[in-house]
Amino acid sequence: MKWSVFLPYLAVTAGVTYLIRMLPLTVFRREIKSRFIRSFLAYIPYAVLGAMTFPDVFYSTGDLRTAACGVAVAVLLAWRDRSLLTVAVAACCAVALAQGFLLMFP
Amino acid sequence: MKAAFRQGIRHGIPIGLGYLSVSFAFGMKAVGDGLTVLQAVLISMTNLTSAGQLAALPLMVGGASLAEMALTQLTINLRYALMSLSLGRKLDGSMGTPQRMIFSFANTDEIFAVSSSQPGKVGKHYLYGLMAAPWIGWSLGTFLGAAAGALLPDFVRTALGIAIYGMFLAIILPPARKRRPVRFVVLAAVALSLCFHYIPELNTVSSGFAIIICSVLAAAAGAWRFPAEEDAA
Repeated sequence: MKWSVFLPYLAVTAGVTYLIRMLPLTVFRREIKSRFIRSFLAYIPYAVLGAMTFPDVFYSTGDLRTAACGVAVAVLLAWRDRSLLTVAVAACCAVALAQGFLLMFP
Repeated sequence: MKAAFRQGIRHGIPIGLGYLSVSFAFGMKAVGDGLTVLQAVLISMTNLTSAGQLAALPLMVGGASLAEMALTQLTINLRYALMSLSLGRKLDGSMGTPQRMIFSFANTDEIFAVSSSQPGKVGKHYLYGLMAAPWIGWSLGTFLGAAAGALLPDFVRTALGIAIYGMFLAIILPPARKRRPVRFVVLAAVALSLCFHYIPELNTVSSGFAIIICSVLAAAAGAWRFPAEEDAA
């Protein structure tokens, strides 16, 4: 793509994305009084991650069956408080093994 | 090196590894759509967001107006405003305005999730450490995907696709098991998200908006039902 076309797009995408992240952290800094708002904000991360994980995780490998194996392993290990890296790597290995299994026994 | 910085680096490594695979796919797609390797890497280095970047590609290639580009980014990335608002409560005294301006650049879904799941307040050493590996992983993965995407065996690429979700599960499941309000919020968000994927009409809502609606409703329901828990969360 020509740089004269590309650079304005780059500036807009990066600029808008940065401002969305930066302004709420710098400009709106007063202590929040409302107990409802404070608990709302505390719950937001769990809500966002829950909504982003399901059902998308089942489509993350291109095959529902291999993804389900990955999810099962990840849920089991996460439930037992294993670290982020352990859970992520184990899920990938489970998917790779499931793929190998499906290749051998289609 | 400060212990907090080292701990941040350590917590960032799984995020960086997950990003490596996701951005690898982005790099491959960007070059396929007609961008140069350098352009693809520049987008990742300056945006650091998966959904927004993926949505930007067809707009760039199709010659969309800058206004449309800005509105699309605003919609898809609006959830970051919620995250930044939420994270503001977690920052300790070392995070003045300049530090906030630096860190906010890297307030991605995963960095936000990891930093807000830390006990107590977090400071600049931890957060700067936490930013490092994800930014490197995201930029490096884009470069590798753009420059050499075709070389990696297929089964490795698909297996890497689940890494980021494994990490999400590792973040939300332990608190969901231990604390009823968190369990309630997660289940509500998942139920809503399923509706937005599978119910006709609802599934035409863009993914950015769907995430906003699901999280706002689920977190509001949680705050309404369990208003006292906020300091433990």
